[in-house]
Amino acid sequence: MANNFDRNITREDLMRRRASLLQRMHIDGQLLFILLTIAATGLFVLYSASGKDWGLVIRQAVSFGIGLTGMLIIAQFEPRFMARWVVLAYVGGLVLLGIVLVAGDGAKGAQRWIYIPGVIRFQPSEFMKLIVPMMVASYLGSRALPPRLKHIVVALALAVVPFGMILIQPDLGTSLLIIASGAFVLFMGGLQWRWILSAVAAVVPLAIGMWFFVMRDYQKQRVLTFLDPESDPLGSGWNIIQSKAAIGSGGVYGKGWLQGTQSHLDFLPESHTDFIIAVLGEEFGLVGICLLLFLYLLLVARGMAITYKAQSLFGKLMAGTITLTFFVYVFINIGMVSGLLPVVGVPLPFISYGGTSIVTLLAGFGVMMSIHTHRKWIAQG
Amino acid sequence: MAAPIRLKDHERDARVVRSRVWVGVLFVLILVGILFARLYHLQVTQYEHHSTLSENNRVHVLPIPPHRGLIYDRNGKILADNRASFSLTLTRERAGQSWPDLLDEVVAVLELGADDRRLFERRVRQGRRPFEPVPFLFNLSEEQIARIAVNQYRLPGIEVQANLVRHYPFKEHFAHSVGYVGRINEQELKKLDPVAYAGTHHIGKTGIEYFYEDRLHGQVGYEEVETNARGRVMRVLKRTDPQAGVDLHLYMDADLQEVAEQALGGRRGAVVAIEPQTGGILALVSQPGYDPNLFVTGISFKDYAELRDSIDRPLFNRVLRGTYPPGSTIKPMVAIAGLDSGVVTPQNRVFDPGFYKLPNVKHLYRNWNRTGDGWVDMNMAIYRSNDTYFYDLAHKMGIDRLSEYMKAFGLGQRVTVDLAREESEGLVPSRQWKRAVRNQAWYPGETLIAGIGQGYMLATPMQLAQATAVMANRGQWIRPRMVRLLGDQPIDEPETPANVTLKDPKSWDRGIEGMINVLHYPRGTAYRVGSTAAYQIAGKSGTAQVVAIKQGEKYDRNKINERHRDHALFIGFAPADAPRIAVAVMVENGESGSGVAAPVVKKVMDAWLLDAEGKLKAHSGKVEYHPPPPPEEAHGQ
Repeated sequence: MANNFDRNITREDLMRRRASLLQRMHIDGQLLFILLTIAATGLFVLYSASGKDWGLVIRQAVSFGIGLTGMLIIAQFEPRFMARWVVLAYVGGLVLLGIVLVAGDGAKGAQRWIYIPGVIRFQPSEFMKLIVPMMVASYLGSRALPPRLKHIVVALALAVVPFGMILIQPDLGTSLLIIASGAFVLFMGGLQWRWILSAVAAVVPLAIGMWFFVMRDYQKQRVLTFLDPESDPLGSGWNIIQSKAAIGSGGVYGKGWLQGTQSHLDFLPESHTDFIIAVLGEEFGLVGICLLLFLYLLLVARGMAITYKAQSLFGKLMAGTITLTFFVYVFINIGMVSGLLPVVGVPLPFISYGGTSIVTLLAGFGVMMSIHTHRKWIAQG
Repeated sequence: MAAPIRLKDHERDARVVRSRVWVGVLFVLILVGILFARLYHLQVTQYEHHSTLSENNRVHVLPIPPHRGLIYDRNGKILADNRASFSLTLTRERAGQSWPDLLDEVVAVLELGADDRRLFERRVRQGRRPFEPVPFLFNLSEEQIARIAVNQYRLPGIEVQANLVRHYPFKEHFAHSVGYVGRINEQELKKLDPVAYAGTHHIGKTGIEYFYEDRLHGQVGYEEVETNARGRVMRVLKRTDPQAGVDLHLYMDADLQEVAEQALGGRRGAVVAIEPQTGGILALVSQPGYDPNLFVTGISFKDYAELRDSIDRPLFNRVLRGTYPPGSTIKPMVAIAGLDSGVVTPQNRVFDPGFYKLPNVKHLYRNWNRTGDGWVDMNMAIYRSNDTYFYDLAHKMGIDRLSEYMKAFGLGQRVTVDLAREESEGLVPSRQWKRAVRNQAWYPGETLIAGIGQGYMLATPMQLAQATAVMANRGQWIRPRMVRLLGDQPIDEPETPANVTLKDPKSWDRGIEGMINVLHYPRGTAYRVGSTAAYQIAGKSGTAQVVAIKQGEKYDRNKINERHRDHALFIGFAPADAPRIAVAVMVENGESGSGVAAPVVKKVMDAWLLDAEGKLKAHSGKVEYHPPPPPEEAHGQ
């Protein structure tokens, strides 16, 4: 008995000594290192894509600073704390979305912003990208796995309500990402394959039925243009034609930094935001894009490792979902710019210019760090 | 078997999630593989293709604007077509940052002024897409083209471009009905589909050019072209042809339109003729007119100011926007209303001493014939246009009932199908209206003058023609409309308000009988016109006061400014027993409805109903016309 007691104490002491400065600050060193590498790559590409606009690069760097600070702050909170209080954030988010619908500030025909003049202007839907999966994870985390039908229905409802409210803003891209993050939580929670397969099986006949019996010709036309933007070269197809030419002309090794012609001659619209990967592809070639993909894969691998090691069910679900959602952003963006997917307006994580996306993504990684660094030492052995 | 109670099993939960981690990793790797395959395809397999596109040449997508649909009259005469015209364009990307300086050069080369310079800059700034050549000067003359060509070397990005521009061969004759197209302005730009209008610089502004814009416009085509570094097109890679807009075939008859204009004899005024069965507008004249071609390529400030400020108001559409007191022209309708509401019978007579007096009111309401017509029944009241009889009738009916009947005939609302945006609603007064708008009580005297179409009541010539057609159809509603066929498809039948149904259909005969007598009974007010007609006309004259005349004062034309003289009105339909045309005429400051406006009506009817020998045509206006295939050169290919 006494012997055992002694050993326990010694072991815990050992642990404490091993806990480095980083861990006491609740920082995951590997994750931070990969993030900083990607951020540096992003600034490097952005300098070229923006046409050597230092102001833009500095603004982007400031966004990274804000995002990293936010990430560290979030990492200090315990996952248990998040799981308990997320419901407040969720309800608050729904209220804000409601306000947007009633009295939102519009740009380009869509109401997405809450704007209090002189105080703040932000997009509640951006905030919900993190809160919705957290809410679903918190709900499923206190249930037994794999989820039963009742729990699946409730979990879906938690994601569908904000999905609907964002869809009618209208913001198709963000709403789909939110419903996808909800679905990822269910997936990580071991949603039975029969449910996954029947959901896929249900979509196909539904879509066919809509196509033949519900939709009018002009609506069909719109869907076709959405699926195949190159059929509409005067509209969204212009970007795709140009971005494909930019990427393709980069070849294996690229034309070299600042040497891209397509982007610098203003052929490529939005070259520093959603279409920035085309600049990378043109200037650094297949090798450059593969290196970036490798960095992203490292991040995904680290995320999956954290998921694997997480102790609480909430932590597992959350870490897995954040990782998968992050990867989906990467896939959709590159797929869209290279002409594989329809144009939906998803930025390339950490590379595209834009503060909101950076801050939201880093907040997600803050949650991940919190999950990893608040583990009980006793179980680590 | 009772379901086992499920306890939270952390070990099991962890297993579930861990298995999903592996599935997730697999999922990620597959997607990365797809991305890699796609990039490999673009950057390695198709490298040559993309490299050529990007290094030697540039790919551009050029919109090809569709041909705007043509507009034909009922006999296939072209009222609006497209003609080749040269314009000067500027491509900002090729001109570089200093493009405003280029405009200065152009102004200097063409010896234009500062006004033009400002206009050019405004137009260039309206350009929408990258590498779009934005036209800023239209209708170049041979000399201007030559001057640009000589100086081309110092005008990079400036090009002479040939394109099709709307042309109205009949000039001012159809400006108020067909309307015109003009350059797309900033407000319109916000509402337009930028893709559909990518190559189009003009849009319908008024008339049916506006109403049928979406059908006339057609579908944009495009071509993907390779251009060299200087922007010259080297090769067309792919072309999708535009689809021309739909041609419109109107009810209008260009010949009848001409007759109607000549009948007005250069006076200011309005003529509108419609087919009572269909509502088809056969002629629509608002004089003076203006040349719509001026507006197509952008009218100069000076020309526009001249049109806008002219005392004759050529831009004013008198048929659709001009609101006038309908005067005595509404008397047949008021008579029918009186019969139907049971306040009078055809035999009731009223004694006319030359005025009407309300009990306890001093004011005398005068008949136009100061000496009085003696005992007057309904028939005589219409053909003599006796005011006293209608004062009495209106007094018995009351304003609210009277207004309801007038509205049922189409007054006080927009009546046309495809010109409705330009129409004024006119005004049918009622107690409620006066309370709401003027915050005043309704006075009995106001009912009296409403009974003879004066006072607050206002109607457009179009509404009068519409009401006349309802009368000709014995209550059956039609909606006046311009377009008969869209391509070869008839347009959908428009929805109409409820038909006017009378308790006793014979009441229609009483009203129409009075109208026939106006022209064909020797004491009728327009007997002089009717007596020469080869067929029976049912009509009614009217005068619309421009300025009020004080109590006891006489209308003395010599004392009144020419522009303040009464407007002359006449409505009618013919042949009275089987109406084929309904006409409304307004002659500004014409004074006499039966003397000045009635002859115009008759000339229009003659032209429509009579053949070359002056005999009634068997099926006038009903020739089944099938549109010929549009002549090729009309499209200007």
